[in-house]
Amino acid sequence: MKHRTPGNPPPSAITPRQAYFDRRLFMGGLAAAGASLLAPPISAKAGLTYLKNARLSLGEPPNSYEDITTYNNFYEFGTDKGDPARLAGKFRARPWSVAVAGEAELTGTFTLEDILKPHPLEERIYRLRCVEAWSMVIPWVGFPLGDLLKRFRPTSRAKYVAFKTVLRPDELPGQRFPVLDWPYVEGLRMDEAMHPLTLLTVGLYGEVLPNQNGAPLRLVVPWKYGFKSIKSIVEIRFTERQPPTSWNRSAPQEYGFFANVNPDVDHPRWSQARERRIGTGLFAARVPTLPFNGYAEQVAGLYRGMDLRKNF
Amino acid sequence: MRAFAKPALFFACTLPLAWLLARAFGVAGLGLGANPIDELQDRLGDWSLRLLFATLCVTPLSVVLRKPWLVGLRRMLGLFTFTYLCLHFLTWLVLDQWFDVRAIAADIAKRPYITLGFIGFVLLVPLAITSTAGWMRRLGRRWHTLHRLVYPAAILGCTHFWWQVKADWREPAVYAALLAVLLGWRLARARRRAAAAAVAATARP
Repeated sequence: MKHRTPGNPPPSAITPRQAYFDRRLFMGGLAAAGASLLAPPISAKAGLTYLKNARLSLGEPPNSYEDITTYNNFYEFGTDKGDPARLAGKFRARPWSVAVAGEAELTGTFTLEDILKPHPLEERIYRLRCVEAWSMVIPWVGFPLGDLLKRFRPTSRAKYVAFKTVLRPDELPGQRFPVLDWPYVEGLRMDEAMHPLTLLTVGLYGEVLPNQNGAPLRLVVPWKYGFKSIKSIVEIRFTERQPPTSWNRSAPQEYGFFANVNPDVDHPRWSQARERRIGTGLFAARVPTLPFNGYAEQVAGLYRGMDLRKNF
Repeated sequence: MRAFAKPALFFACTLPLAWLLARAFGVAGLGLGANPIDELQDRLGDWSLRLLFATLCVTPLSVVLRKPWLVGLRRMLGLFTFTYLCLHFLTWLVLDQWFDVRAIAADIAKRPYITLGFIGFVLLVPLAITSTAGWMRRLGRRWHTLHRLVYPAAILGCTHFWWQVKADWREPAVYAALLAVLLGWRLARARRRAAAAAVAATARP
């Protein structure tokens, strides 16, 4: 018997590329029409229709599309920050489906189209702070993860959400060597996952997310170090216990489960007090790192009473 | 061949720097990428280590290939190593840290990989200074003893590299393996010489 895996749906289930984009435009258009009375201007560019969420966007100018798409960590392609852009061409981000499992009333395998259908997209300009002490300002397009999670009706036992990246060594050459224990896994506490800042992301600069940045579906958790924002998600699982996470498993003394950006808690091997802003050139000094990457006002409450030195 | 070796090697040693400068100044559309400071620092570090290894290859090669004249290339390679290392260090000091004395002191004291890299650099300073013919003459036999500092410096350089990778230790492992071969060859030679000296001593009446 031929098994249907998330990476290989039968040909009949594959949506033609154009139809997919048309539907996205149509759905986005509906959403935009509904919101147009109170809404800021709508942007449509290369397939994505979305609203600009100025309230949840930084006032800073974003990094260039080139910087964002040629300099990033996606170890599934390789450990050099140029590897993802160089090697992402072979990766097939569509068709795509996501398995939903665990402590929820509605579980099963859903196509990307099923996942995205009801959610109007919005652009949010977030700062991404890498654990390696550099940062970028990035205009993501997506929708709140919480809106999707609610659709699966998690039960009272769901205390955490675990995510898994696709495992395809044929297309992801970095997975042919166990730099990390593949597939990459990440997780959030339920309140973190439901927080309105937590963005499930499908686009960048108004365009469909390029392969090297985690297509077709990735997480963006702006107050945590970049490695928490798992890419190319194929599984979402509601769990009662804290799920294992890849970097924590690889080096528990260096990478915690929470991994909140914190200038006062150094990485054991380097300082986290300052960061290099990408795109500022050869002669720009590092800038101070902000608690929770500048999102303290919105998220510090999630960790009230916790020792952030211990729960790093 | 011998006459051309030195200028050819000199030219070859300037190529990585020329390439980096071309990228830094955007010659012909080249660039250093999104994070030019880290790129400059990392590539200068790579070449410092590679040239250090090239320097350490000279003696074994001259012995194995029976070409003693090769030793005449060693000083130049050593000084190129030191040049790249100085640039690596200066990039860190100036572009990365902007002379922020407190941050620099904290990094050297608190970050083991920086501590080791810094010690390795300091160890090579007297070697660069005493690389002239005058100093070789003045120091006599002690010159050789002093220049053995290159071995701990190489070990520190490798460790400095290894301790900053996050998970992918493959590249530093290659350097470490090479260093093991280069130092192992020297250890074996020292043992052979000691054994030969012992035999010679007992053979004497």
